[in-house]
Amino acid sequence: MELKNNVPVGELSEKWTQYRSTMNLVAPNNKRRIEIIVVGTGLAGASAAATLGELGYNVKCFSFHDSPRRAHSIAAQGGINAAKNYQNDGDSVYRLFYDTIKGGDYRSREANVHRLAEASVDIIDQCVAQGVPFAREYGGLLANRSFGGVQVSRTFYAKGQTGQQLLIGAYQALSRQIASGSVKMYNKHEMLDVVKMDGKARGIIARNLKTGSIERHAAHCVVLATGGYGNVFYLSTNAMGSNVTAAWKAVKRGALMANPCYTQIHPTCIPVSGDYQSKLTLMSESLRNDGRVWVPNKIEDAEAIREGRKNALDIPENERDYYLERRYPAFGNLVPRDVASRAAKVACDEGKGVSPTGLAVYLDFASAIERYGKGEALSKGIKNPSSSQIIELGEAVIAQKYGNLFEMYEKITGENPYKLPMKIYPAVHYTMGGLWVDYNLETNVPGLFALGEANFSDHGANRLGASALMQGLADGYFVIPYTIGQFLSGEIRTPSIDPNAKEFEEAEKNVRSLLDKLISVKGNKSVESFHRRLGKLVWEYCGMSRNAEGLEKGRKLIRELREEFYQDVFIPGSADEFNPELEKAVRVADFLELGEVMMVDALNRNESCGGHFREEYATPEGEAKRNDKDYAYVAAWSWSEDGNHKLHKEELTFENVELKTRSYK
Amino acid sequence: MKLNLKVWRQKNNDSKGSFETHTVNASEHMSFLEMMDVLNERLISEKKDPVAFEHDCREGICGACSMVINGRPHGPQQGTTTCQLHMRKFKDGDTIVVEPFRAKAFPILKDLVVDRSAFDRIIQSGGYISVNTGQATDGNSVPIEKDLALKAFDAAQCIGCGACAAACPNGSAMLFTSAKVSHLGLLPQGEVEHTKRVQSMVAQMDEEGFGFCSNIGACEVECPKEISTENIARMNRDYFKASLVSE
Ligand SMILES: Cc1cc2nc3c(=O)[nH]c(=O)nc-3n(C[C@H](O)[C@H](O)[C@H](O)COP(=O)(O)OP(=O)(O)OC[C@H]3O[C@@H](n4cnc5c(N)ncnc54)[C@H](O)[C@@H]3O)c2cc1C
Ligand code: SF4
Ligand code: FES
Repeated sequence: MELKNNVPVGELSEKWTQYRSTMNLVAPNNKRRIEIIVVGTGLAGASAAATLGELGYNVKCFSFHDSPRRAHSIAAQGGINAAKNYQNDGDSVYRLFYDTIKGGDYRSREANVHRLAEASVDIIDQCVAQGVPFAREYGGLLANRSFGGVQVSRTFYAKGQTGQQLLIGAYQALSRQIASGSVKMYNKHEMLDVVKMDGKARGIIARNLKTGSIERHAAHCVVLATGGYGNVFYLSTNAMGSNVTAAWKAVKRGALMANPCYTQIHPTCIPVSGDYQSKLTLMSESLRNDGRVWVPNKIEDAEAIREGRKNALDIPENERDYYLERRYPAFGNLVPRDVASRAAKVACDEGKGVSPTGLAVYLDFASAIERYGKGEALSKGIKNPSSSQIIELGEAVIAQKYGNLFEMYEKITGENPYKLPMKIYPAVHYTMGGLWVDYNLETNVPGLFALGEANFSDHGANRLGASALMQGLADGYFVIPYTIGQFLSGEIRTPSIDPNAKEFEEAEKNVRSLLDKLISVKGNKSVESFHRRLGKLVWEYCGMSRNAEGLEKGRKLIRELREEFYQDVFIPGSADEFNPELEKAVRVADFLELGEVMMVDALNRNESCGGHFREEYATPEGEAKRNDKDYAYVAAWSWSEDGNHKLHKEELTFENVELKTRSYK
Repeated sequence: MKLNLKVWRQKNNDSKGSFETHTVNASEHMSFLEMMDVLNERLISEKKDPVAFEHDCREGICGACSMVINGRPHGPQQGTTTCQLHMRKFKDGDTIVVEPFRAKAFPILKDLVVDRSAFDRIIQSGGYISVNTGQATDGNSVPIEKDLALKAFDAAQCIGCGACAAACPNGSAMLFTSAKVSHLGLLPQGEVEHTKRVQSMVAQMDEEGFGFCSNIGACEVECPKEISTENIARMNRDYFKASLVSE
């Protein structure tokens, strides 16, 4: 199969503008007759459904949550990027484009990334108009901060709850369309299959989670905005319900999974504390604006800390290793996530970890508190402030910037991060891989689109902080409303799709038999226990660093685990009732297949790039060694029951940036 | 630590529910929901029906989790959702009573899971600013005073959990509704539709079967985001003004 990315011709900076003005349109009277299914109400889905509704299409929107407002996007903390250059610090659309391409370690598609950078500017305007209460300066203008991997200040934020505020904005826009009747909302409905007719996506099969009933929904096309698959690792910063099922069902119907091995391990999360743990909590990257990462210089000190004989404050300044500042002086604590995560792993592997498990480093705010405190004292005209005055003033500034994060940290760990440095460790956070899409965000299945974290398109092998929110909203507000017309303009004569067609019947049967199969195993082990074991395998063999031997082994172990799952899983209750265990089982079943393809992909990619670090391919200093000659392509996989998953390549061509070794030194 | 749990079990809204008693071994580092996971794992291993409860982010932000713990929505810790509550707040040997969020407008789906879609319909009745995608002017074209933006933000922090209605003896949704009215009405962008918004959201609230407000203040005490009842006062003023205008 040849993968056509459908990138329009022309100058990079003109492509999108030109394409938009020459695109096929759907006239308003025809829009009223056309139905679109949007699955997902995160930033990508809610913004898409709202905008498509505003345009006059008939939209049916689905979410497995009980309200659109609960989508996982709600949990995003730190911020959203935009090339506004409000700070006059040299930012531009081109710079955002360039930073994203470089941050992604030259594994993303130039034209998509440039379009993203262009749209970023409009997103902020749109959100402000919707009433998103972004942080502001005293003069009343919008405030910005910095995120990793960049040297400008372009991140817009609402304390540590940016995702919440953006999602509520999109949710309200969606609610307005629901009220107007242009969008019909199906909460607590989980999509369990895509229905294809004549090769095109024409509907879905969904399970009503409240009643267990199986429903058919037909439309002229289907948009998936179903989020990422980080929960394949069991422990991640994703919400408990985040899963790959919608995307995976699409793969089963012929869509391709692109770069599944590119997962982002976020450097600043609260470390694991016990076996019972159900999820990990992120401490926003924005903290690295003010926090300094360190471990003790001496292994003996680290040991003493682990055993509780010493604490961070007992280690004098000259016996601390601020290893990011030392290794990467140009970017310091603000190196990209993949770099920061691996550096933490190296420090802990050397025996310098500071929690009882040995898997934690410090994130220390003492210098920032002092700096801000002195500044505040000065601006308040306090002469010769005492050190306790300085600390008090400084802590107040930190509280204003990160208050809710500090509180969250204290609630979880029971330690006060204003007084003792935070302990952090990398954790699975985001998946750059996802459904393969072309420039129109259409998968290789005509009429099937993928937006937001569910697609692979913009972040290459590593995503920069504050760029996922940007991508979700760009896709939903500003890209799909145009590009969907390329497909739908050919469908204006297509009558309503018939949900009684044989394709729907077949798909419904397929879903029912899967549910029956799971329920009837009646084994002895809980779904959770399989998920936990799967997570351990994927983390061990396809986590922060990988090697060929481990990947081969991991793949074998996953297949065995999958077999065991279908022989020994126990799901209480039946399929025709509200049954959360069954919901989980379906998701874990899909993770068990995805996990294998991740290993296959990681094994195929004989290079290190971004979040994919193959131990065999590293420089003597331990930095990632890319291989542009052989691997500058997108690896898009089709699933095959017999295990011969097939690779389809999209070559990446770089006409506007020079491929360089990424350096943050 | 060893705990005695009295958990509410109910098959659906039409059936009668009752308490079921279990003992659970927990560690003080666990979150309340992780303790519930331990209970469920055991029930499953005994081939029994696990306790259904809502949850998703487990970070205090999605608003899914909803348990009344020892008589208090989201439990004893101030400004904390159930998922953020940790077992170190309890003592070995404690008896803990766990019930669903109860309010007339929140029918029970199963065990501790209730249907809070009434909140969505209140938002649909006017909890938005009418601006289509692409219609916006530059984000910095209207400066907003920092303190005003922060005030709007404070109200906008509501997670839509429903603890306020569950805490209120009248089952009122005033705190939730007024938080949205304040968030949007305080900002210049939302001022234009303010009067209409107040009227239609209050009308929808009544239609959903939420009770009236008699200034008890339990909502504010139990709200995990510490949304202030000042918002209710503000909304009442504006509602009163609006009714004068429309008469
Ligand atoms: C803790 C945390 C903090 C983050 N902070 C930031 C940040 O500061 N800046 C940033 O840019 N990014 C951040 N991210 C990343 C960002 O939040 C996500 O990538 C982004 O929100 C994903 O949005 P989405 O719309 O693609 O999907 P989601 O928000 O995950 O939404 C998925 C939707 O699909 C629905 N769904 C899924 N499957 C089905 C199905 N089978 N049937 C029906 N419905 C289904 C769900 O109900 C949900 O509505 C953060 C992520 C985490 C985990
Ligand atoms: S006002 Fe508070 S208690 Fe009520 S829904 Fe919002 S966050 Fe929950
Ligand atoms: S689970 Fe999201 S707020 Fe508790």
